Amino acid sequence: MPSPAPPPALLVRNLRKRYDDVVAVDGLDLEIGAGECFGLLGPNGAGKTTTIEICEGLTQPDGGEVVVLGRRWGRDDRELRELLGISLQETQFSEKLTVIETVTLFRSFYRAGPTPDQVIGLVQLEEKAKARVGQLSGGQRQRLALACALVGDPALLFLDEPTTGLDPQSRRQLWELIEGFKAGGRSILLTTHYMDEAERLCDQVAIVDHGRVIARGTPRELIASLRAEHVLEFAVAEGIRLDPETLRAVDGVLGAHASNGTIELQVAELHRTMPALLGELRRQGVQLTELRTHSATLEDVFVSLTGRRLRDE
Amino acid sequence: MNERRGWRSHPLVQLTLVRYREFIREPEAVFWVFIFPVLLTAGLGIAFRNQAPAKIPVVVVEGADARRVAEAVGRSSAVSVQVLPDSAALRTLRTGKTSLAILPGPGGSVSYRFDPDRPDARTARLETDDALQRAAGRTDPVASSEQRVREPGSRYVDFVVPGLLGLNLMGSGIWGLGFAIVDARKKRLLKRLVATPMSRAQYLASFLLSRLTLLVVEVGVLLGFAVLVFGVPVRGSPVAILGVCLLAALTFGALGLLIASRAQTVEGVSGLMNLVMLPMWIFSGVFFSASRFPNALQPAIQLLPLTAVNDALRGVMLEGSGLAGLSGELAILFGWMVLAFALALRLFRWR
Repeated sequence: MPSPAPPPALLVRNLRKRYDDVVAVDGLDLEIGAGECFGLLGPNGAGKTTTIEICEGLTQPDGGEVVVLGRRWGRDDRELRELLGISLQETQFSEKLTVIETVTLFRSFYRAGPTPDQVIGLVQLEEKAKARVGQLSGGQRQRLALACALVGDPALLFLDEPTTGLDPQSRRQLWELIEGFKAGGRSILLTTHYMDEAERLCDQVAIVDHGRVIARGTPRELIASLRAEHVLEFAVAEGIRLDPETLRAVDGVLGAHASNGTIELQVAELHRTMPALLGELRRQGVQLTELRTHSATLEDVFVSLTGRRLRDE
Repeated sequence: MNERRGWRSHPLVQLTLVRYREFIREPEAVFWVFIFPVLLTAGLGIAFRNQAPAKIPVVVVEGADARRVAEAVGRSSAVSVQVLPDSAALRTLRTGKTSLAILPGPGGSVSYRFDPDRPDARTARLETDDALQRAAGRTDPVASSEQRVREPGSRYVDFVVPGLLGLNLMGSGIWGLGFAIVDARKKRLLKRLVATPMSRAQYLASFLLSRLTLLVVEVGVLLGFAVLVFGVPVRGSPVAILGVCLLAALTFGALGLLIASRAQTVEGVSGLMNLVMLPMWIFSGVFFSASRFPNALQPAIQLLPLTAVNDALRGVMLEGSGLAGLSGELAILFGWMVLAFALALRLFRWR
């Protein structure tokens, strides 16, 4: 007899939340399987943080259903608090305490979990254990936040923008840590506006815009949905207006967008499209000033869905 | 996997330790709470120490009889005499450098010039006249002698130390709680804490617990200094003093909590705290007696928590009252504490 599928770690149905006259979350659905690392990807202001804070029991939704680890806020709060590990955006821990003091404080709130020393080992902060929080670098502070999320040995980990504002090396170090927790079998929900972060860490991704999920799937599936493996980016001499729509007819072009003065074409086969594009531009009498290509990413998925870039402020 | 063990890993102990560490590691806070009140006591104690009353300066206007008059007046132990020409003498009187000018007149008569609103000038007039009359041969029909009393308890430093103690309890209670809570809210630490299984009541209780432990040190340092250096009397029982201080700390802690219950910025909460504390600085009888304010204000002044603390502390220290004799003050404090706690818990925002 096949064993029944384990219940989802998180189930969100038709979630709604508005602040005054701004709709932050507008009928959002999510389902995160047990042991899955799920990414909420979207630009700033898409409603990611509001969604994650509702799931964390910190914000009251206006409507919809949230089931966390088979339990509900308002009924099983105390139990849920023991089971969740949370890292908020921009929490500043007390600068006058040391790392070990901070972790010990958070550990004291939970019934069970690893010792403070073990947690500090997990996030590789052993050398800074006795240092004041005020002396830590941005990456070290994020690792401390992670340590405080792990002290209760959580079944589900919420990470809100865990690497925002960090240098590339610190980000990679944090990614390695998070990959380690995935290997431990916990479920993770993380929000990010870095597509490379979502591609590397997440089993499943939901792209969120204006409070709704506009696409979901594995990063590979989402990129494949473009049917274009490559993106061709170019710019033309200033003063020349070029309508991206006229390029859709070029051989092998699957989509065309203009953003920030550059034009992006989604392309299945570079070797077919490139000569055709150059021919078309010559025919229109347009001179190129820049030409780049890259493999399609989640960012390109977002651009093709919304016509905007993820990090357009 | 480890189960929680030992009293040190109890969340209330950990939270209280955090409060304590944050305080100790802030040198400025340590200065304001422990050292500043001692310096203030020392300064006020020295400035207003009881000394042989200074001689009141008087001036004799130069003239034929001036030397004889000055010599006669100089026999009084209460005044110091100077002889100056007319204009210079009047200038010293006008600028307050002397309290009384003596103008010798014809036939041994004198005339006094002074401001009758100044007590020192009136004293100078009496003393000077007395000395002149005796020098001229007056005999007093009533024999009088003096017994001088100088008792600790009636000096300014004795009055001001309980006031400073009360002021300190108010300051550390309101600043201590208000700042720490608003700072944690601004840094989103409060929000992070309520995302854990932490008991919110224990979080708030940790502030009061740390206040109470620091209070013993705070009161001990200031009182110890005042008693050892200035001989300030403590006539009531130490238990009564501790009892009053405890209730005062809880009351001001509750007020601090109430003030910090919604404020989002440190600037905002500072304004609120000053708004609450300033009237008590002025009206509650810290540096001078609250009874100097008009009668119409007295009912309101008596209801201020700091007035109640100061009156209770003076009662215990200077008059030796027990807690039973202070029921009025203690009831006012208790009322404030309950009211402030109830309101604070109702209004408190965790984010």
